[in-house]
Amino acid sequence: MLTDKDRIFKNLYGQLDWRLKAAQKRGAWDGTKAFIEKGQDWIIEEVKASGLRGRGGAGFPTGLKWSFMPKNDVRPSYLVVNADESEPGTCKDREIMRHDPQLLIEGCLYAGFSMRAHACYIYIRGEYIRERERLQAAIDEAYEAKLIGKGNIHGWDFDVYLVHGAGAYICGEETALLESLEGKKGQPRLKPPFPANAGLWGAPTTVNNVESIAVVPDILRRGAPWFASLGRPNNTGTKLFCISGHVNEPCNVEEEMGIPLRELIDKHAGGVRGGWDNLLAVIPGGSSVPCVPAAMCQDLLMDFDSLRDVQSGLGTAAVIVMDKSTDIIKAIARIAYFYKHESCGQCTPCREGTGWMWRVLERMVKGEAAPREIDMLLDVSKQIEGHTICALGDAAAWPIQGLIRHFRHVIEERLEERKAPVRGPRVIAAE
Amino acid sequence: MPKLIINDKPIEVEDGLNLLQACELAGEEIPRFCYHERLSIAGNCRMCLVEVVGMPKPVASCHMAVNDMRPGRDGSPPQVRTDSAVVKKAREGVMEFLLINHPLDCPICDQGGECDLQDQAMGYGTDGSRFKENKRAVEDKNIGPLIKTIMTRCIQCTRCVRFMTEVAGVSELGAIGRGEDMEITTYLERGMTSELSGNVIDLCPVGALTSKPYAFKARPWELRKTESIDVMDGLGSNIRLDARGREILRILPRNHDGVNEEWISDKARFVWDGLRRGRLDRPYVRREGKLREASWAEAFAEIADRFEAAGPSKIGAIAGDLVAVEEMFALKSLFTAIGSPHLDSRQDGTSFDPAKGRSTYLFNSTIAGLEEADALLLIGSNPRREAAVLNSRILKGWRSGRLKIGLIGEPGDLTYDYDYLGAGPQTLADVAAGKHPFADVLKAAKRPMLILGQGALARPDNAAIIALAAQAAKNLGMLREEEGWNGFNILHDAAARVGGLDLGFVPQEGGLALDAMLEGARDGDIELLYLLGADELDMSATGDAFVIYQGSHGDRGARFADIILPGAAYTEKNGTYVNTEGRVQMAQRAVFPPGDAREDWTIIRALSERLGHKLPFDSLAELRARLYAEHPHFAASDDIARGNIADVAALASGKTTFEDRPFGAVIEDFYQTNPIARASSIMSELSALAREDDHGATGTDG
Repeated sequence: MLTDKDRIFKNLYGQLDWRLKAAQKRGAWDGTKAFIEKGQDWIIEEVKASGLRGRGGAGFPTGLKWSFMPKNDVRPSYLVVNADESEPGTCKDREIMRHDPQLLIEGCLYAGFSMRAHACYIYIRGEYIRERERLQAAIDEAYEAKLIGKGNIHGWDFDVYLVHGAGAYICGEETALLESLEGKKGQPRLKPPFPANAGLWGAPTTVNNVESIAVVPDILRRGAPWFASLGRPNNTGTKLFCISGHVNEPCNVEEEMGIPLRELIDKHAGGVRGGWDNLLAVIPGGSSVPCVPAAMCQDLLMDFDSLRDVQSGLGTAAVIVMDKSTDIIKAIARIAYFYKHESCGQCTPCREGTGWMWRVLERMVKGEAAPREIDMLLDVSKQIEGHTICALGDAAAWPIQGLIRHFRHVIEERLEERKAPVRGPRVIAAE
Repeated sequence: MPKLIINDKPIEVEDGLNLLQACELAGEEIPRFCYHERLSIAGNCRMCLVEVVGMPKPVASCHMAVNDMRPGRDGSPPQVRTDSAVVKKAREGVMEFLLINHPLDCPICDQGGECDLQDQAMGYGTDGSRFKENKRAVEDKNIGPLIKTIMTRCIQCTRCVRFMTEVAGVSELGAIGRGEDMEITTYLERGMTSELSGNVIDLCPVGALTSKPYAFKARPWELRKTESIDVMDGLGSNIRLDARGREILRILPRNHDGVNEEWISDKARFVWDGLRRGRLDRPYVRREGKLREASWAEAFAEIADRFEAAGPSKIGAIAGDLVAVEEMFALKSLFTAIGSPHLDSRQDGTSFDPAKGRSTYLFNSTIAGLEEADALLLIGSNPRREAAVLNSRILKGWRSGRLKIGLIGEPGDLTYDYDYLGAGPQTLADVAAGKHPFADVLKAAKRPMLILGQGALARPDNAAIIALAAQAAKNLGMLREEEGWNGFNILHDAAARVGGLDLGFVPQEGGLALDAMLEGARDGDIELLYLLGADELDMSATGDAFVIYQGSHGDRGARFADIILPGAAYTEKNGTYVNTEGRVQMAQRAVFPPGDAREDWTIIRALSERLGHKLPFDSLAELRARLYAEHPHFAASDDIARGNIADVAALASGKTTFEDRPFGAVIEDFYQTNPIARASSIMSELSALAREDDHGATGTDG
């Protein structure tokens, strides 16, 4: 269990003052000039050595990502911070932005400096209105104290702009976010080229999650070995977990990577409602990852690799706990509805497939489906997965695949129980 | 030159291709909906997925540049499979998704028989349906009188959106809504205002956008297809005429990289209903002030008397905008035989003289040359109206950031930004003298060019304007003999013009030019005027002269005529047309002329016999043999006989006294520029809509 001295986000719960002075007392902006003077390569090496993996869901090594930025380019470089935190169950970035905003701003300076960017855009979710006000106030404070801006005390001109989205899940996809930043309709771009080659306004760009950026100052201050010593190999450091659902005390908590799920729930969230044995399943990383049934949760470790081994994922570490009172089909149908609603409509499989899957699931909730439609649903989800421009197609397919993988018997029982008149598809010519 | 292995077959392809093109080169067909060679890549239909060995997911081949593909670990070329189980499954999956919400209305869909979705469903889909939810229905949009929308059929490939933005240059189409609620529409369902909008009908891979005038008229397999040339402007766009029985039912573009790529203007596409309205289908003779039906023999007898009475020195001939080279050649031969020097094919009153060399009246850089140009000076030209398809090439250059554009003349919305230099000849003189800042832009350019349009040409001092333009070309580095670059360009707006000039259908020694001929008609120096399809004249200026009108439509020319000889429209004869860049192209007959109307050269040939100057050819082949003997370049179809650059330089020494008044717009109404368009009800409707738009009606302005 993480000791208090190892915590990065000391004001996660907003009990302390968020303002600059208080943040500086907690350590923010300490030694910044010295780190900047050590140079770009030092920062990147330090982040690489810390083993930090992106906190936005995919878990790509952050230092490596920064090193992809071209070195001798005539175009300007940009840092873009993805604060479009929209994954259902996830509410970690919002706490950073309202309670510890200076860590984020300081991290932006290091990240921006290391990729030779003089401008940083923080794209904040449309629904985050108070968070935007708070973050903007913090940015203004930092400008006033000449911590950032032109001619700041750190010797690296650096502007931070806060951009407010309009509330679309897809704009959390990095290239759709860039499109939205450019003032266009938020639809993902085709890759390659990746943003490091041609991102915002065609210039080299790196897009990072809020948490990935906000932990950087502490990595530099306390040293990469400290960060790397936490967690497990290849899954290092601390992580904000958002525990919601059927627990006694839903909460956000900073913990070590690789903490056992049971410990996380029992120690921090007051345990599963009705006791551990009442657990049905958890969705360990936000709505887009497949659920893990209770039987597999006993010794489950919460990190990228362990969860991948159970065919799920850490995602954003938003743990959604479901006890045995849950109608798991209905829960997944609700998630399917979310993806149907948030699909941008650009490419065929996602546009057409998400609605189809949701409708089939809605029927399954009521038991109005034929047993063979379970396999059909699985097949349709496979037809979407991997065939789309961005990962939203995958995100829509995985929860359903998880449902069928682990709870097929529940669906079958439901269909049997309702004894619904079978409206199986008639064999007719291709439609 | 990247090497690939496609389905075990090694192939080396050019740099810059995408994987889809490489697969096609390797002989593998790749199904696609959103991909189109001339549009940007959207990659959204996902139909072109192929397997690249070593990649975890199938890749969209339209978006994969062959240069970006990594070789295998051992350095072997990247391996691509288009025939694997993964690819088959991916295609079936996408096909199924496209079809689940597509209506099953092929029997009542106009796209039937030429539908990409239909064809590819047969080729790459599965045989059954697993979808038993309700299908999506989408409200139809009203986007103008040309394009019928059945939006439920739309598969959101966005080809139409990309075309309107990138080629037509007006961002009028777009997608609203998200996910399965995404719809293609115009802003607030306004009609589209582009002159190129009809092309989205061809681009639409399904039946969502179809031709409104052609709706429910025919099935593609019932149509007889004839490859021909468009005459609505000076470009000579390549078209296909689709006819059933005696009627042209639609006109489609053909691909020609050098001319129209694969676009045509709405005027070229939808003018076909004008081919059956207001037609002259029998000869008429004016008696007691009224035109009365007559037989060919009666008409010819009357003409013979009139020719006799007037004598060679008092007869003149004017050729119009839509006539083919063959009939002009026949008429010129007839007049030469009779001994009259009064010929003119320059209905716009310009002073181009074929004797000064071909380059003095051609679009010398060629249309494809616009792809190289990096600076362009438009002089009294509105290419959007004079040659809408050409305008899209200018737009292409501008969009790429390569082409800088300056305009002298009437400012208008050309779909791209330009520097407005000034209104009239004085500005042109300043630029030519290097006194204007834009002159430096032209001087610094590697491929500078100018386009002299009708606004600068259709005025009495056009010779001076041409001389000034030639000076500009000479002084600003547009004439580069050693590099073979000639940046001096005339944009003709009439299909017949260059052919007429090539033939020398201009005043012969001692002959009168157009204006002088009309003046002569008023003064009595000209007693007989032979109008070969000439309708764009001020007919009241013909005075008391006896007017013979030979043409296809009862338009301005026919109204003032004393005798009407019914001719064939461009779809009804085999004819040669030379476009503004000097490219010789052949139009083919798709249907026969109505009633007693005849192919035009045969009328002149028959008349010549009656007049006692029998022309020495009895068939089109014989006529052409004569024509080619006198003007060999007409024989080289689809070729451009380049003019001498030195001839343009010589023009620069001409007199440059001009009237100091601004260049005006010549084409007031894009949709009503010729007799066929004026007869078309579709064109009238478009014209009325365009006027409304220009007027900017707000509902409160009366």
